[in-house]
Amino acid sequence: MKKIEGNIHSFETLGTVDGPGIRFVVFMQGCPMHCKYCHNPDTWSLNNNKIISVSEILKKYDNVKEFMKNGGITVTGGEPLVQIDFVTELFKSAKEKNIHTTLDTSGILFNKESINKYNRLIKYTDLVLLDIKHINDDKHKDLTGYSNKQVIEFAKYLSKNNISIWIRHVLVPSITDNENDLKELGKFIASLKTVKALEILPYHDMAKEKYKKLGIDYPLKEIKPPDKNQILKSKELILNEYKKCLQENT
Amino acid sequence: MLVEEHDKTCKINDFKPGKWQTEINVRDFIQNNYTQYEGDGSFLSKPTELTINLWEECKNLLKAEQENGGVIDMDTNIVSTITSHKAGYIDKDKEKIVGLQTDKPLKRSLQPFGGIRMAQGACQAYGYKVDKEITEIFTKYRKTHNQGVFDVYTPEMKAARHAGIITGLPDAYGRGRIIGDYRRIALYGINRLIEDKQEQYKSIEGEMTPEKIQLREEIAEQIKALEEIKELGEIYGYDISQPARNAQEAIQWLYFGYLAAVKEQNGAAMSLGRTSTFIDIYIERDLKNGILTERTAQELIDHFIMKLRLIKFARTPEYNELFSGDPTWVTESIGGMGINGKTLVTKNSFRYLHTLENLGPAPEPNLTVLWSINLPKGFKDYCAHISITTSSVQYENDDLMRAIHGDDYAIACCVSSMVVGKEMQFFGARANLAKCLLYAINGGIDEISKEQIGPKFQPIKSEYLNYEEVMQKYDDMMEWLAGLYVNTLNIIHYMHDKYCYERAQMALHDKEVKRYFATGIAGLSVVADSLSAIKYAKVKTIRDENGIVIDYQIEGDFPKYGNNDDRVDSIAVNIVKTFMTKIRKHYTYRNSIPTMSILTITSNVVYGKKTGNTPDGRKKGVPLAPGANPMHGRDTNGAADSLSSVAKLPFNDAQDGISNTFSIIPEALGKEESYLEELTINFDGGCCKTILNN
Repeated sequence: MKKIEGNIHSFETLGTVDGPGIRFVVFMQGCPMHCKYCHNPDTWSLNNNKIISVSEILKKYDNVKEFMKNGGITVTGGEPLVQIDFVTELFKSAKEKNIHTTLDTSGILFNKESINKYNRLIKYTDLVLLDIKHINDDKHKDLTGYSNKQVIEFAKYLSKNNISIWIRHVLVPSITDNENDLKELGKFIASLKTVKALEILPYHDMAKEKYKKLGIDYPLKEIKPPDKNQILKSKELILNEYKKCLQENT
Repeated sequence: MLVEEHDKTCKINDFKPGKWQTEINVRDFIQNNYTQYEGDGSFLSKPTELTINLWEECKNLLKAEQENGGVIDMDTNIVSTITSHKAGYIDKDKEKIVGLQTDKPLKRSLQPFGGIRMAQGACQAYGYKVDKEITEIFTKYRKTHNQGVFDVYTPEMKAARHAGIITGLPDAYGRGRIIGDYRRIALYGINRLIEDKQEQYKSIEGEMTPEKIQLREEIAEQIKALEEIKELGEIYGYDISQPARNAQEAIQWLYFGYLAAVKEQNGAAMSLGRTSTFIDIYIERDLKNGILTERTAQELIDHFIMKLRLIKFARTPEYNELFSGDPTWVTESIGGMGINGKTLVTKNSFRYLHTLENLGPAPEPNLTVLWSINLPKGFKDYCAHISITTSSVQYENDDLMRAIHGDDYAIACCVSSMVVGKEMQFFGARANLAKCLLYAINGGIDEISKEQIGPKFQPIKSEYLNYEEVMQKYDDMMEWLAGLYVNTLNIIHYMHDKYCYERAQMALHDKEVKRYFATGIAGLSVVADSLSAIKYAKVKTIRDENGIVIDYQIEGDFPKYGNNDDRVDSIAVNIVKTFMTKIRKHYTYRNSIPTMSILTITSNVVYGKKTGNTPDGRKKGVPLAPGANPMHGRDTNGAADSLSSVAKLPFNDAQDGISNTFSIIPEALGKEESYLEELTINFDGGCCKTILNN
């Protein structure tokens, strides 16, 4: 079999915000979407090359494994499933070493045609951090340039296959914080059977510098990051709707 | 025997007997009598009304001091000794633990034995003037430590000191870093300690070699100091000739010992030791006997810590610049594990940390948790909680240090470990290895002053630096520096013993003391990255009109220290080993054991100012990284890789400590509910890795 290599952006060897515990985080290159609030625009392109093999990554993990109690490996990006074969290989090898695997994805690339690839991927995936950018399809298109249909399909697929999910939602004031949309999101989450947690991530503008360096116009100039209260309120809205749905169903 | 008699008279005979009764052995007392605690912090008490009021008064004083430009009042005509001042109080009726350095809180004492000019400078900086007569005495009649050193320094030493290739030397200020076993006073009372010292004194006889004469004189001084500490107690209305009978007395006795030390020494670090578990034994007993409640026990600790927060010294602005502020390093070591596997955490370990909540966060006393993977979970969680809410706790690896020092060691200053009452160290500041590399390239010519400071070796003449050639020359230059450095320190410590001897602190030590000769290095990461650049990229020299290399141009990329990359990490390891080997070649004063530290925590800024452009791309004047840290922004793979690079450094060659300053914004520690556990795991990671590497 040919050695599969990945095109990566960087590592975070003491990741604490992408999945349970303390994790070794691999940032992959490449993403088809260009979300307006994206804080890693430097991962969009596939041309920024740092090529690395599965065994090299595992060696790096091994070097710091004492730090990783209750953690494992998280693959994020970019959109890691641009390089689904590589991620699958990495997770397969990680599972052979009993390392917990987490995939942080938008699900945007999911499609029935490559279902075999997905079936193989989830065999080695312990947890998916599924980033639902927007529950409303039109607004999703406006925000990311893509329809959210594949995302919804992917969530259902994970649920059906009994893969644990943490739902993530980035809260951008005036863009992703509409009350009805948040309720809709709660409803959708309630329809899934394997969601273990919900994370509302506050939009931040710390990427402004990166955009400047890359010479890209920053799309959300006018928008201020939400405060703690806004986050709590939104989380409550989603969760209340979620609970309501669950009660109605029982 | 005294102890038993005393116990009888007080009807307190419930301490478990042991070796501690027949010899001075605090550890044995602790091991026989302490009660380990494995629960959580829910038992802790809020501050009492009294504590709140008293602390309010202290806060006002501290605020007034700040508003007054750093000092409220200074002594100008009383030379500070153990008994120089009458009793001083913050608010007498409110204080459960008493004793101040002078007659008024925060009034800085006058300590000219280290050097009269330093004392004058400190006064002048705040608009005070040392009394004329005292100046005359310490200029004409009483030689100081500083004068002794400068009488003996060679021109080469003075030049190296001036250029800053060796810097921060304790030749004009107190060396500190000595921890008296202040617990001994509480456990034994002064009389018993004097008897013990008299025995020691008698035992030194026969052929009177300089070593024996010195020791006899020192013990004679120690006995006088003990007498004076007793007198200090009397000044405050306490008879401390006998053992403490309860917790309040135990703390008070212990504090008188510490107070004596800071009245006599304006040391670079005046650490307290490891007292919390010792004191807990008295508190536990008082709780059982109904003398104390948790509330009043916490009150005693709060008042004690308050006193430690008020410890201040008269220092010059230059001194404060070197240490980034006005630190006293009243370090107290908390927790840790016993060599028998039992934890040394007691309820009082919690109470000490809890003062950070009751009185609010503070840098002093420097509460230091001796961290072990095996610490009880309740304590780990409480530490994490306190760290998050107050950011005022220091952590050090007990698993590593216990293997070397056993389980009754403490930290002096920030990381120097020593067995309490049995070991001490000669503080040695540091040699600037980054500057040494520049000397190697320029044949001993200082890159800033352009003067010949080091030996006139062949400079490098090529345009591009060749790794083998640089390494050869660097090795030679380090050889020179190590020798000069050690010999400079020999002079300093000889003179410190002679003219500014720590008699109170040494009175609370055994007769035979193990002495460490604590050298240090600065600029490790700059050196590692510079050599890596030379080896893996191309480094072009830029010369001034006289051919002296003043800057460097790097072509290409190179591995940088802090990314867990062995290509460069091994260079750092090698430098540490090499320099330490060179240090070990030399005679060290009083046959002390040479050690090395990599822990410039604040002075790296000053050292950076004195260091020209370096081959790693760092510009002249830019601070060196603190301690063993990677240079800022060069560790690009996150904390675990960064910490792992540091963890590779050999502790055996840097036994006096390796520091890595690491800050993280709270949001980066994950979500709030998972905070506690994650912090715990984080520390354990650091511990494991370091152990694996040793």
